[in-house]
Amino acid sequence: MRPLRFALAFCVLLALVAGVFAIVAWRPAIAPIVPPAVNSFDPALVKRGAQLAAIGDCDVCHTAPGGRVFAGGRAVPTPFGSIYSTNITPDPETGIGQWSQAAFQRALRLGVRRDGAYLYPAFPFDHFTLVSDDDDNALYAYLMTRAPVRAPATPDKLPFPLNIRLMMFAWNSLFLHPGPYRADTTHDEAWNRSAYLVDGLGHCGACHTPRNLLGAERPDLKFSGSEVEGWTAYALNELSPAPVPWNAATLRHYLRYGTEEGHGVARGPMAEVVGDLHAIPADDMRAIATYVAEQMNHAAPERDAAVQAVEMQRDRDASDMAASADSQSNALRAVDTKNDEGAVIYAGACAGCHEGPRALPFGGIDLMLTSAIGGPSANNLVNIVLYGLPAAEAAHAPIMPGFAGAMNDAQIAALARYLRARFSDKSPWTDIVKSIHDARNRGRAGTIAHPAVVEPAASGALQQAHNEAQR
Amino acid sequence: MKLNVNGAQHDVDVDPRTPLLYVLRGDLKLNAAKFGCGLGQCGACTVLVDGEPVFSCVTPVTLLADKQITTLEGLGTPERPAPIQRAFIAAQAAQCGYCIPGIMMRAHALLQKNPRASEADIRAFLEPHLCRCGTHMRILRAIHRAQMEMMSANAGGSG
Amino acid sequence: MSAATVISRRTVLAGSGALILSFSSAGRLFAQGDAPPQPATLATPPPLPGSLKQTPNLDSWIRIDADGAISVFTGKAELGQGIKTALMQIAAEELDVDFDRIKLITADTALTPNEGYTAGSHSMQDSGTAIMNAAAQVRQLLIAEAATRAGTPAAQMTTQDASVIAPDGRRFGYGELVSAQLLHVAAAATSPLKDPSQYKIMNRRIPRVDIPAKLTGGAAFVQDLRPDGMVHARIVRPPSYGAQLASVDDAAVRKMPGVLQVVRDGSFLAVVAQHEFQAIEAMRALAAAARWNETAKLPDAAGLGAFLTSLPVQDITVLDRQQAAAAGAKTLSATYSRPYLSHGSIGPSCAVAQLENDTLTVWTHTQGVYPDRDAIAEMMGMPKEKVRCIHSEGAGCYGHNGADDAAADAALLARAVPGRPVRVQWTREQEHAWEPYGPAMLIKLDAALDDRGSIADWNHEVWSNTHSTRPGPAGSLLAARYLDKPFPEPPPKPIPMPEGGGDRNSIPIYKIPGARVIYHFLPTMPVRVSALRALGGFMNVFAIESFMDELAAAAGADPVTFRFQHLDDPRAREVVATAAERFGWATKPPFSAPGRGRGFAFARYKNLAAYCAVACEVEVDRDTGRARMRRAVAAVDSGQVVNSDGIANQIEGAILQSMSWTLYESVTFDERRITSVDWATYPILRFSAVPDEMEIHVINRPGMPFLGAGEAGQGPAAAAVANAVANATGHRFRDLPISAERIKAAIGV
Repeated sequence: MRPLRFALAFCVLLALVAGVFAIVAWRPAIAPIVPPAVNSFDPALVKRGAQLAAIGDCDVCHTAPGGRVFAGGRAVPTPFGSIYSTNITPDPETGIGQWSQAAFQRALRLGVRRDGAYLYPAFPFDHFTLVSDDDDNALYAYLMTRAPVRAPATPDKLPFPLNIRLMMFAWNSLFLHPGPYRADTTHDEAWNRSAYLVDGLGHCGACHTPRNLLGAERPDLKFSGSEVEGWTAYALNELSPAPVPWNAATLRHYLRYGTEEGHGVARGPMAEVVGDLHAIPADDMRAIATYVAEQMNHAAPERDAAVQAVEMQRDRDASDMAASADSQSNALRAVDTKNDEGAVIYAGACAGCHEGPRALPFGGIDLMLTSAIGGPSANNLVNIVLYGLPAAEAAHAPIMPGFAGAMNDAQIAALARYLRARFSDKSPWTDIVKSIHDARNRGRAGTIAHPAVVEPAASGALQQAHNEAQR
Repeated sequence: MKLNVNGAQHDVDVDPRTPLLYVLRGDLKLNAAKFGCGLGQCGACTVLVDGEPVFSCVTPVTLLADKQITTLEGLGTPERPAPIQRAFIAAQAAQCGYCIPGIMMRAHALLQKNPRASEADIRAFLEPHLCRCGTHMRILRAIHRAQMEMMSANAGGSG
Repeated sequence: MSAATVISRRTVLAGSGALILSFSSAGRLFAQGDAPPQPATLATPPPLPGSLKQTPNLDSWIRIDADGAISVFTGKAELGQGIKTALMQIAAEELDVDFDRIKLITADTALTPNEGYTAGSHSMQDSGTAIMNAAAQVRQLLIAEAATRAGTPAAQMTTQDASVIAPDGRRFGYGELVSAQLLHVAAAATSPLKDPSQYKIMNRRIPRVDIPAKLTGGAAFVQDLRPDGMVHARIVRPPSYGAQLASVDDAAVRKMPGVLQVVRDGSFLAVVAQHEFQAIEAMRALAAAARWNETAKLPDAAGLGAFLTSLPVQDITVLDRQQAAAAGAKTLSATYSRPYLSHGSIGPSCAVAQLENDTLTVWTHTQGVYPDRDAIAEMMGMPKEKVRCIHSEGAGCYGHNGADDAAADAALLARAVPGRPVRVQWTREQEHAWEPYGPAMLIKLDAALDDRGSIADWNHEVWSNTHSTRPGPAGSLLAARYLDKPFPEPPPKPIPMPEGGGDRNSIPIYKIPGARVIYHFLPTMPVRVSALRALGGFMNVFAIESFMDELAAAAGADPVTFRFQHLDDPRAREVVATAAERFGWATKPPFSAPGRGRGFAFARYKNLAAYCAVACEVEVDRDTGRARMRRAVAAVDSGQVVNSDGIANQIEGAILQSMSWTLYESVTFDERRITSVDWATYPILRFSAVPDEMEIHVINRPGMPFLGAGEAGQGPAAAAVANAVANATGHRFRDLPISAERIKAAIGV
């Protein structure tokens, strides 16, 4: 066949395929409605919707920094470019005010907008597809009773051909398993409830599961950890790097208060998640924590030995400090202060708080127990050292200064190497320099304000919540 | 070790772990940077290192060997005050005055980097600082005043 | 030597003003409960104005050197409230000299009059009045002396440029007129004061004299003192109240670099070192080596109200104005509460002390150098004359913070290293954990409205600890209670009215036929408490002014109109009207913007100091419950204005500080220890919550007595915020703090 005719035939074939594709992929618009009156919704349903929205932390993505809540405009960086969250206030023109309940449910269940266009999976509809009809309705009731905000969408920054939403049909065909959630009969009702929350609205895997080249989560690596906006989201399965293993009770406390004394503090994107989880009902919290703890408890035997070693070392340190007044010198005896710059930096910049007498976590977390030092990447540690934990208005939350101005890259690297060597038994990190470089490039935008973490003893009003969380 | 403070080299004989604040106040007898918490929570100790605001109370001098440290004393004197100092004095932006030098350093750094900083920018940038007397309104007015003066000085070409 | 007294309307007014002031000020000086003064009768000579009453000699206040240099002495201290400048303005005005000629010496037990504490907003009333009158009388004496020398009647002499000028042009400089005895006379009860219309220096916004040094790195604070040979100390405080030091192995600490001494006296533990960071490291090591027996039992932080009302009481009837019960249309009841509140001084307490040749000198930012001196002398077993306390500025203290205790610490350590100046610096955690807090309080209000919507009957009960544990005897000092031979903590006493402590401002200023006020004074103090700015005035006004809004709503009346109709005092009415009008209260329609509300409140501090009304606009975020003040307008009447910028500065500060107390703050503790020990665990206002606009309108009252304004704004601001939040959300919050959590819980979804 001559090349020209071949090329022609190929183009015709391509057009046919594209045509078929377009026909098959096309989704109809659902007719716009008049925005429903706020008082047309059952208050109990609205309240349930609020709790569900907290579990799904909708406001985190759908609120721009400094912007009005749910009005969208937050950039979600992906390997393909930045996608901006949409306005989900009930504004009729720029929000979802004209969306019917069916349109709303289709967006969550199938990833399709009211006008028929596909949504990008930066909106994790691959998780939200599991949400039940009832819960969809509750979420709808909640969102439609929020204050409408006029805020037009920010255009996404995606290269061709990814900016053609129709392409999502292919992605969905491969990776979307439409819900709603179907019970796993090999487990009891409580387990299924937990799985429903965690894998559905909780969409934990959206951050904590690695993705393939097409940006879809890899089910074979569920909860094996990933990277989000420059932060490491640690593995929630047997690969969990936490020196002391999590259990349901410690996870419950952490998810509610953003801190747990055997571990550390939530920061980065997780800080915002915890800010929302703070107020969810106890039952839901228990369900979520139990399920996640179970994922982690398929522990390798080496981990048990490592955990024991950590606990023995902590006991030794504690009794060392008790037995001898010379704790500062003790701490430095182990390292050669003349030649280890990191040790000197630690002693002058960190030890004052992190070895001080203030209660955890306000005085600085126990460095031996944090995944930031024991984990696979230097990422999170570098983020924290550079930008700290900024003070949040009126929040009982730890404040840590950032050292971006005081330390240059070499000094941060020296400190990171020292911390890794001193406070973990893991092999040295290999990504320190890159982490620092990337973190500096991200700038302060790479950090997120800390949520309101309320330690139970700090607020009598929430003593009750603390008590039940410990049950 | 040698420290470069306000443009002058100083030889200080201190343990390298010593936070800068105590060297400034104890060895160099400088008053502006203050001890407010020693924890990096209040900003009263703020000075500039290579133009960046840092909490001198948690910055050990070992970090500062080849860096330029600037304190409030380095911006201006009572006889020749810097724009930020003139503005704060004119606005009477102080009650007890303890927190003010740290705030002035941070504000100065912001205006150097972003002369057109908005009110929102300024407020956000000052979030690390505490003022217990409640002088915030005057502080913001003073910073605006300094901003005006610096912008018109630049516009007039007198830099 | 007779001073020619010119009887004029001015002097009569000044005299009668002084009568009132002396009457009310005496109760303040002796805070441990002296009997209130007897009213003056015809047989008794009229009392001297202000602090002249306690210190009558003119040369205790004003000294003129032969070269014409003028020194003015005050027993009050600069706390950052601008008092130095204001007093210099007064002195310069009445002496008729340039402002720059005045050198002011503040609170020093070796040099200045004893004016008790710089507290209670008394500085202008006590010291300002004394200096004003003393300066006027000094000028009069100088004129008389010059007249004698010139052989001219005094009435024909004038003053200018620190000189007395005869009609023929002869000049007598002040310096050449003085002699050893000229000013060594007791003041007269009345003075030839200048006519306010002639003021050139008073009622001027003269820039504060202390600000330039503070903003250019000058030595301005006690923290900046560096006498030769000074060494650094840090205290190791116990982990909880009353803990005893069981053991401390300090062998290793003594060998740490730079350590000069480890001091242990009973449970008082400290370390002295050459350089500051050495002292800090030694302190950390010493703290780790110390073992304590803890015994403290603190109340349930979540149930403070119930706790307070369960304590033994000493009831004080503050007011009992019975009225035949009118046919009440409506009755209303409400209970208000506040937690313990911290001073939260930005600069933790600090003091320098030196013991040399059996004389102890202490540089301290205490509010009361004389009482602190007396207590330290008792603690050290030294005669008072051998102890000198010199006030040196600290960070804002807002009442009785750790300053007096830091001075005591420094004194003890000065004895441990005799001859050397010892600098004691408290840590942030120590300041937060050991300062005496403003007490938790509970207030129950009941009122009845008659059928015309006026308040017919009123009942106010307030539960509170004492609002002053200031020195006092040695046992008031923290260190003294932990020595091997400890001094006992003195039993608390209420501050008598009309000043009051927990009952300060408990008497409603409004026109109410029947009213009763009971102060349930609670001697039991599990948590350390003392005076926090405005004392009971903050909470009593918060409660009363919140309740006034609730009553107004029940009466169907506008909150401002309702107050107006119950106020007779024309100065009160003017302050209310000014704030309301400048805010646009009547002309602005109610808000339609979601989450916005407005609130109004008014009080006269102690019902006898400055008047202040605050109107504010607050925005409540329905999603987070966060309340934010967007705009505030205040009006203040503090009598004769000396420096309106100083007054405005104080009121701005009061509004923001009060907003922080009201929306964010509470001291936290568990069963044994204080847990709010830094800014993370005791968050306060940050720049993100600062309002967009604030206006302060200062009303001048020429010739009227000075009324202290330093604490006038706190109470009204708190209630204005609470009233605005109620307006915005439809929910009334009566328990402080009005936190985001509480608001969110109330408004739901």
